[in-house]
Amino acid sequence: MSAGFRGMDVVSIRDFSREQIEHVLKLAEKMVPIARGEERSVMLEGHVLGSLFYEPSTRTRLSFDAAMTRLGGRTLGFSEPKGSSVAKGETLADTIRMVDAYCDVIVLRHPQEGAARLAGHFADRPVINAGDGAGQHPTQTMLDLFTIRKEKKQVDGIHVVVVGDLKYGRTVHSLSEALAMFGAELTFVAPPTLQIPKEHLKAIEGMGKKPKITSSLEEAIKDADVLYVTRIQKERFPDLAEYQKVAGTYRIDLNVLKDVKKDLIIMHPLPRVDEISPEVDSTVHAKYFEQAFNGVPVRMALLGLVLGGLK
Amino acid sequence: MKEFKVTPIRNGTVIDHINMGMALKVLKIIGVKEDVNSTVSVLMHVPSKKAGWKDIVKIEDRELDPKELDKIALISPNATINIIRDYNVAEKFIVEVPNVIKGIMKCSNPGCITNQSEPVETEFVVESKKPITLRCVYCDRLTTEIAENIQ
Repeated sequence: MSAGFRGMDVVSIRDFSREQIEHVLKLAEKMVPIARGEERSVMLEGHVLGSLFYEPSTRTRLSFDAAMTRLGGRTLGFSEPKGSSVAKGETLADTIRMVDAYCDVIVLRHPQEGAARLAGHFADRPVINAGDGAGQHPTQTMLDLFTIRKEKKQVDGIHVVVVGDLKYGRTVHSLSEALAMFGAELTFVAPPTLQIPKEHLKAIEGMGKKPKITSSLEEAIKDADVLYVTRIQKERFPDLAEYQKVAGTYRIDLNVLKDVKKDLIIMHPLPRVDEISPEVDSTVHAKYFEQAFNGVPVRMALLGLVLGGLK
Repeated sequence: MKEFKVTPIRNGTVIDHINMGMALKVLKIIGVKEDVNSTVSVLMHVPSKKAGWKDIVKIEDRELDPKELDKIALISPNATINIIRDYNVAEKFIVEVPNVIKGIMKCSNPGCITNQSEPVETEFVVESKKPITLRCVYCDRLTTEIAENIQ
């Protein structure tokens, strides 16, 4: 089911079928030894990745960089718009047209929703969305699915509790739709003002799933297989007073975890602030650092596919 | 003798069965401003057999273009267009909601890239016609607030 990957934009998880996502995950598994530096590859030698980050990022930017480098390719671009023509008021469309001429693939993070779709219209080269405002973050979703499959062996039927900022958290929007597509049972835990937006709920219900919606973590966590924690993102709140009302609502510590399943795994797209206590890091439940590593093989697989190095 | 609240027009367009309260939006859509040289009649809150109440707009010496018809369809999907030539109804049809809407309204999401000064037309897919629900092709936001966002 790899037909059509070459040259394809990776903008939204909705653009992919389950078979296509499974194909990416299967190839990502094969990339792990290269991602760890145990094996060498020159699959993308001579290829250039244009990395345009209009918003701060550590993991996404570095893991794309690592993925490209491990496959023998090169990366150029900027990690903040300051110092580029963007600061002079250049439109995204013009920046994309220019970078399109310099690179073989474009990776874009932008604060505006729909930015990657727009970039896709102006670029001939494939565009990979590395997060557009409160919109989509499809490569994060794929690495999250990869992590869950690796730890739980399957996604069908497992109970995933998603907690935190479900309104503005883009990772949650992409992931919850993909989890529904893969047959997981979902519970959304958030204060009412930060619950999952109606269009995402509608999309999930359209896949025949009926997620539970609650503000009580205690109730939801007891039979959870996966606890997916997100940061309440100060920078996405139009009103700081609203942020202060909900900041610190949920904090995962050893006390919260005392009645959970033994094999519960805790995931977090990172960075965390104080929503997971550092004491949790050394428990068997903590998988967020493995999750961060998994970004590299998954992005290697995607780069390989859209650039035609993998089939 | 039948009493006419507004007299028949010789040439022009009668937009009938406009959703109650939408007549002024229709005027905005068809660009009725100070520089209009012909008579424009507006009837609001007229009894209607079909819908209880309706609005009607009559505009003399003017026929509407397809973009204007699409906009009217979005705010008033049951509106009928009567094209009048020499006092006779030359054409009559119900407006049709298109499947894709390009460039005639802005996205309701203030964070959408199309609300920045990028050189693109907005584009929406009609997800449902009753009630009219549009999905922005760029940011995926669903909206039912049509009248507020028509440009």
